Amino acid sequence: MNAVLRRAWGQIEEVGQYAILCWETFLSLLKEKKYWSEILHQIYFIGVKSQSVVIITGAFTGMVLAAQAYIQFGRVHMETGTLALVSVSMCSELGPVLSALMVSGRAGAAMAAELGTMRVTEQIDALRTLATHPVDYLIAPRVLATSIAMPLLTAIAIVVGIGGGYVVTVYVFHIDKVYAWANMIKYSSNHHVWNGLIKSAFFGVIISTVSAFKGLNCPQGAEGVGKATTEAVVAASISILISNFFLTMSIGRWLAP
Amino acid sequence: MIETRNLKKSFGSQKVLDGISFRITEGESVVIIGGSGCGKSVLLKHIIGLMTPDAGDVLIDGQSIVNMNERELIRVRSKFGMLFQSAALFDSLTVAENIGFVLRRQGEMSDAEIAERVAETLEMVELPGTEKKKPAELSGGMRKRVGLARAIAYRPSIVVYDEPTTGLDPIVSDAIDQLIIRVSERLKVTSIVVTHDTRSMRRVGKRILYMRNGKVYVDGTPEEIFNSADPIVSRFVNGIADLKEHNF
Repeated sequence: MNAVLRRAWGQIEEVGQYAILCWETFLSLLKEKKYWSEILHQIYFIGVKSQSVVIITGAFTGMVLAAQAYIQFGRVHMETGTLALVSVSMCSELGPVLSALMVSGRAGAAMAAELGTMRVTEQIDALRTLATHPVDYLIAPRVLATSIAMPLLTAIAIVVGIGGGYVVTVYVFHIDKVYAWANMIKYSSNHHVWNGLIKSAFFGVIISTVSAFKGLNCPQGAEGVGKATTEAVVAASISILISNFFLTMSIGRWLAP
Repeated sequence: MIETRNLKKSFGSQKVLDGISFRITEGESVVIIGGSGCGKSVLLKHIIGLMTPDAGDVLIDGQSIVNMNERELIRVRSKFGMLFQSAALFDSLTVAENIGFVLRRQGEMSDAEIAERVAETLEMVELPGTEKKKPAELSGGMRKRVGLARAIAYRPSIVVYDEPTTGLDPIVSDAIDQLIIRVSERLKVTSIVVTHDTRSMRRVGKRILYMRNGKVYVDGTPEEIFNSADPIVSRFVNGIADLKEHNF
């Protein structure tokens, strides 16, 4: 019983420490000096370097979605609505969520591993002795960079996903391109796009803060770094999926006409 | 001036610091010695504010630092330079970027002035021309010297050294000791060296604190420590194990 209580208390404590880190990062972004070269470096690492995974994920998701939609819509003779379904799904849900999961696996894991290694090799302590707050130099630039890079990556995923869906719909299933395009425009609207982009910025904050938290609290040794990296990806992915529901219910309703 | 008052720290049931009190005046060279795991590095981390004690106080220039938050501590830490046991160089930065890190952060010097200071500091630690190398390209001794250069580049008034000669061969260890003495004399800094290298403590220290069981067991000059009639001190400085005590 004591062990269960201790474990529960440990979890509560961890959530509290995570909340403090988020608050300190927020204050740092508001008040402290910005390390623009570090921010640009992180945008390059998180954004530019993640493009290939996001493009592949977006393209094949759009294509699979088009194939499934065509088959299901065929039963009710609504095949011309295929691209419209791909567009709405990619813009509001699949684009942001799948991009976030891919970035979490690539950049989030790298972030946790880098910060974890810095912790176990005393580089974080060294930073503190050099009169530099780790949140200002390490965390705030990563959070800002991820929340800038994520909407851009999501936009790429949406465009590529719709492109993939268009190719499958028009060239594989031979739906008239005018109908496909016209229905897509008719059923998609700005709020679907805004919904996806705003959510992706939130996901960027989740990926960077969760990965940074796991890295900064990494246990000692190589095993500790490996554990922190795994936990960062799992925790960020689950947080993305759970928060997606609440964001859809709040932002989706707020933006809907 | 650095002062600790009845400093206590435990990790679980293990008491690491059990009422440590001492005072170090400006310009002093103090060596803290003691067996492995006796809490020397923990004490050092309390002095620089990297750890918070369970009880007691740490005063830097008369100002208590134990209740300060991280941002207040940053101002206090700008008085310190620290050489870590592992050197703790930033892997992603070059030697020059590591050494000029604080100078760039302060924003008070131009790039040319920073480059000049970096070159001058590298000269002082006898590593001229290594500005563009990455830490991964350096040997253990070179990394320690770059770590020392980084700790003194912004001219702190106190330099702390955590096991500066651990893992180095006797020749490189001697070179590091000479650098510590040179830095102390040329920059007129207060030096605190944590070590269990007896050759090093004899050369570097003007005053030695011997830690045992979480307390300062002896506080004296190197002569007093090395000529001590106390069997515990004598065994430590001569490297003679007490098999009963260590439970072999």
